[in-house]
Amino acid sequence: MQVTCPQCGPRDSREFTYRGHALLCDRPAPEAGGAAWDEYLHNRENPAGWTEELWYHGPCATWLVAERNTETHAFRATRTAAERGK
Amino acid sequence: MRVEGKGLIDRSQTISFRFDGKTYRGHPGDTLASALLAADVRLMARSFKYHRPRGALTAGSEEPNALVSIGRGAVQTPNTRATVQEIYDGLEAHSQNAWPSLKWDAMQVNDLVSPFLSAGFYYKTFMWPRSFWEKLYEPLIRRAAGLGALSGQSDTDRYDRAYAHCDVLVIGAGPAGLMAALAAGRAGADVILATEEARAGGRLLAEIEDVDGRPGPDWVADVMVELDSMANVQVMLRTTVTGAYDGGTYGALERVSHHVAAAGDAPLETFWHIVAKQAVLAAGALERPIAFRDNDRPGIMTAGAVRAYLNRWGVAPGRRVTVFTNNDDAHRTARDMVAAGVTVAGVIDTRAEAPGSDDYPVFTEGAVIGTMGRLGLSDVKVRHEGGERTIASDCLAVSGGWNPSVHLTCHMNGRPVWREDIAAFVPAEGAVPGLIPCGAANGVFLTAACLADGVRAAETVLEALGVKPKKLSLPTASEASSNMEPVWHVPGKGRAWLDFQNDVTVKDITLAAKENFRSVEHMKRYTTQGMATDQGKSSNMGALAILADVTGRAIPETGTTTFRPPFVPVSLSALGAGARGAGFAPQRFTTSHRDSVDRRAVMVEAGLWYRPSYFPKGGEAAWRTSCDREVGYVRKAVGVCDVSTLGKIDIQGPDAAAFLDFVYANTFSTLKVGRVRYGLMLREDGHVMDDGTTARMAEDHFLMTTTTAAAGEVMQHLDFVHQCLRPELNVRFISTTEQWAQFAVAGPKSRDLLNRLLDKPIDGESWPFMSCGSVSVAGVPGRLFRISFSGEHAYEVAVPARFGASLWEHLVTAAEASGGGPYGMEALNVLRIEKGFITHAEIHGRVTAFDIGMGRMVSPKKDCIGNTASRRPGLIDEARERLVGLKPVEPENGLTAGAHLFGPGAMLTPANDQGYLTSVCWSPTLKTHLALGFLKYGPDRTGEKIRVKDHVRDVDVICEVCDPVFFDPEGGRVRG
Repeated sequence: MQVTCPQCGPRDSREFTYRGHALLCDRPAPEAGGAAWDEYLHNRENPAGWTEELWYHGPCATWLVAERNTETHAFRATRTAAERGK
Repeated sequence: MRVEGKGLIDRSQTISFRFDGKTYRGHPGDTLASALLAADVRLMARSFKYHRPRGALTAGSEEPNALVSIGRGAVQTPNTRATVQEIYDGLEAHSQNAWPSLKWDAMQVNDLVSPFLSAGFYYKTFMWPRSFWEKLYEPLIRRAAGLGALSGQSDTDRYDRAYAHCDVLVIGAGPAGLMAALAAGRAGADVILATEEARAGGRLLAEIEDVDGRPGPDWVADVMVELDSMANVQVMLRTTVTGAYDGGTYGALERVSHHVAAAGDAPLETFWHIVAKQAVLAAGALERPIAFRDNDRPGIMTAGAVRAYLNRWGVAPGRRVTVFTNNDDAHRTARDMVAAGVTVAGVIDTRAEAPGSDDYPVFTEGAVIGTMGRLGLSDVKVRHEGGERTIASDCLAVSGGWNPSVHLTCHMNGRPVWREDIAAFVPAEGAVPGLIPCGAANGVFLTAACLADGVRAAETVLEALGVKPKKLSLPTASEASSNMEPVWHVPGKGRAWLDFQNDVTVKDITLAAKENFRSVEHMKRYTTQGMATDQGKSSNMGALAILADVTGRAIPETGTTTFRPPFVPVSLSALGAGARGAGFAPQRFTTSHRDSVDRRAVMVEAGLWYRPSYFPKGGEAAWRTSCDREVGYVRKAVGVCDVSTLGKIDIQGPDAAAFLDFVYANTFSTLKVGRVRYGLMLREDGHVMDDGTTARMAEDHFLMTTTTAAAGEVMQHLDFVHQCLRPELNVRFISTTEQWAQFAVAGPKSRDLLNRLLDKPIDGESWPFMSCGSVSVAGVPGRLFRISFSGEHAYEVAVPARFGASLWEHLVTAAEASGGGPYGMEALNVLRIEKGFITHAEIHGRVTAFDIGMGRMVSPKKDCIGNTASRRPGLIDEARERLVGLKPVEPENGLTAGAHLFGPGAMLTPANDQGYLTSVCWSPTLKTHLALGFLKYGPDRTGEKIRVKDHVRDVDVICEVCDPVFFDPEGGRVRG
C-alpha cells in the first residue's frame, strides 16, 4: 500500500517505519513524577478505530504523524511531527 | 473430437506436444486440455486420496482435476492446470499421483477401502501407538495421497517481480470488464485491464451470441483494437489478480512465458504489485456442478465448459452428449452441440417445466442417479418423470447454476451476501474500499445487463477519481434469463463427489454434521472440503448447501468459509522472485573490500556489511592461529583495521552541544574543541541503546560514531528526538557513514607508521589520547582521532571514501614493513575483551548504565533521554545481573557465550541461575580463556568462584570473578 508523505507525496509503505502512538511526542518533564513517566513509557490505549501514530519516512528522514484506522487499515493525510508541536 | 469449422484456433498451424510420453497435435489457441480432448483423451489425472480416474471438469483456472506436471528435472512445474496451460511445440506434460501409469494406478486400491477413509479418518484411525505417527503413518499417507512432486533440484527457471500504478484496475475482460475498461479509457483515466486468459472476451468467446449485431468474438476484437490504440490503457493478458490488499494494492500473477517453448530472457512468471486508485471487479462467475452418484468420471464436465470447448476450441468432448441441469442456460449446450453436428442423447432437467426440443429428448423432473465407465463415462442412469432409464453417453454436461466470483471482495474480511432470487452469494457493498464489482461477479448474468453494469462500475470509479465520463452507447445483446431452480445434489446411495481435488463426498459432509462439526469452518477442516489447490471453487457452495440442509439451517445462516488470497496458486518462486542467493539482501562493501578479498580474508556479515573475519597466512590451518597472530600485531607492533562500517553522523549548528547533552547520558557541552569523548546513549526507558565516541571539530561541529549494528537505529532516534521532542534546537545532522573511509591504526608503532603518511608529523604532546583534528594524508584532507578500542596507543584516520582503497593499501604495506599487518573482526574482538570494552553482545537491550558500571555517567545535572527512568529503584538494584570479567581457574578451559552461571555447590536449576556469559575468547596476550558476562551482584563478588555451565555445548568450567578489564588496568599503554 502507499502512504502519503507530506514532503515526498505517495510512497510505498515499505519506506516507512512504525514507532507507536503520537503521544510519544508529549514527553513529561523530568520532575513530573513516577506516575506520569509510567504512563508515558508504558500505557497506551488500544482503540478500535482511528488512532494517531508516529511513522518515520526513511528516505527523507522525517517523522510523521499519521492517522490510522485499526478496524479498516485506512491511513490518512499526514503531517510532520514537527508541525504537530506547533 | 475436433469439430470442423468451429473455434477460435488457428488451424493453419499445427503444434506437436507430448503427454505421458505420447505425441499429440493441436493448434495455436489450444490449451493442453482442449488439445487432449480433441484427441479423445479424457483421462488426465488421478484424484488425491482415492486415486480415482479423473478428466477435466472445467475449462478455466478453477479446474480441480486435470493437474499435470510440465517439463522435467530442475525446470519441472508440478500441479499445472491443463485447462490453463497453452500448448507449444515440444511441450512435455506428465500425469501425477499415478503409478505405474495413469490407466493402471496401483494406489487405486485406496478406492476399495474408501469406507475406512471417510471424513476425519486420520483422526480416528492413526491414533495409536503414538510413536508410529511420525515414522510410519504420516510417511505412508503422504506417499499415497498427493499431487505433483517437486524435482528436489534447484529451480533454474527465471521469475520476476514488478510494480505498476494506475487510476483504474479492471479485473476480468468479459463483457462487463471490457465495457468498464472502454468507459474508463475513453474518459482519459490511466487503466490496467488484467485478464487471466490468453485472450480477452470471457464468456463471449465460449457462447454463440451476438453483441452489437455481430458475433461476440468479433465485437470483442473491435473493442480490443480500440483499447490497444489508447496510450492510457494497458492490457495485461495471462495475468490473474490473486489478492486485494490494503490501500488499493492488488497482487497479480502474470504467466509470461509458460506458453512458449523458448522464453529467451523473459521470466516464466512475474508477480505484480499493482497499486490502483480504484478498481473494477469483473471476474465473472463459475459454474457449479450438481452432486450425484459417481459424478466424477472423466467425461463429466460443467455445461459451460462443454460449450467453451466446442465454441472456443472447436472440440466436442464427446460423441453422444447428455446434459443435466436445473436451468435454461445449460440447454444452450445441447443446442450448440446439435448445431455443430454432435449427437445429443438427452437433456435431464430437474424442473417440471423445461424448454423442449425436436432434436433430442428432454426429461423433466429428472435426475442423474448414477454413471458407468471405468476410465471414462460410458452410460448415464436417469430417473425422470415417469420412469428410469440408462442412456449411453460419453460426455455429461452438468449445470447447477453459476456462482459469482466474489473472492477478491472477501480478501479484507468482507463477507458475501446471499441473494435468494439467484440462489447465490454476491459481494457485499464496499467490502474492499475502492473495488466496485460488476457483471456476473456482481450477480448480473444477462449479457446486455453485464455490458450496462460494466459502464455503471466505470462511472462510479470515475466519479471517485473526479474524472468526467464520456457519453457511451450500450451495444445490444442477449437478455435471456436462465430461470434456475436450486438443486444441489441428488439424494441416494453411493458416493456423490463435491470436492473433486480432495475427494470429499456428500456423505463426508453429512458425517461431519452428524459428529457435530456443524460450523462451516469446522466442517471444512474435518472433511478437508475446499482445502486443495483449487480452494473449492467448484464445490464449496454445494458443500455449504448440503451442510445447511442436514443441520436444518438456511444457507445464509450457515455462512461461507473465509476466502483468502491467492485466488489461484502462486509459486513461491514467483513470490520470492529476485530474492534468491545474493539477491536475498543488499550487500554493503567497504573501500578495503576488494583488497581484503585479494588477501584471502574470510569475510563475515555485520548487518548488511561484509567485514574481514581474519586474514589467513600460508600454513595457518585454524582461524585461531591467524587471530592470535593479528592480536600480536596490535599488542607488539601495529595493526590496521577498516572501521568504516561504524555509523558516522555529522552534527552541526549553534545548539549541537545542547542536542548531544540531551541524547547522551553524559555531558558533551563541556568537551573542548579538538577532543573526543566516549558517549553512552540510553533509551527513554533507562536501558542502554548504543555507545560510541563523539569528536568536537569546532564549537558548532561534532562527529558522532555509533556501533555498526545500531547506525540506522541511532540515526532514526536522533531524528525523533530533534523533530518530535526538541524541534526548537537549532541543529542539523546527516549520516556520513558511506562518505568517509576510516581505519584504525593500533599498536605501539602506530604513530611511527602514521608519520610516514601524514604531511605534517604528529607527536604525543600535540596529539594526546582522546584528541582529534584535521590532517593532510599524502595531500588528501583527512581527519585523525586518537582513540582506541584495543587499549593500545592507537588512532583512527579518515579520508573521503574515494581515497579509502588507496589509503588502506598504503597503511597495510607500511604496517607489514613494521612487523604488523591487517587485522580482522576476530582479533578486534579479542583485543576489546582483554580490555573489558563492551559491544552489543553486552548492551543487548536489557542492560542499564548501572549494570555495566557506568551508572555515574548518567549526569544528575541535566535532563537527557532515559535519565529519569534509569533512576527507578529496580534499575539500580545491586542484586541485578551486572558486568563482570570471568577467568577459568584452569586457563586452557574454553568457555561459550550463552553459558549460564551457578554457585559452585548449587543445583543446576533455573531458580539457581546467577547470570550468563556474553563474550568469550582465548587471550594470546594473557594465555588464558576470558569471558565477559552478567552476574547477580556482579562486581561485589570479585574473587568468588563461579560455575559456568552450558548444557547445549557441554561446557562445565569453574571460573573466578574478576574485573572486566583483564589487561593493562592502569591504561598506561593507551597513553604511551
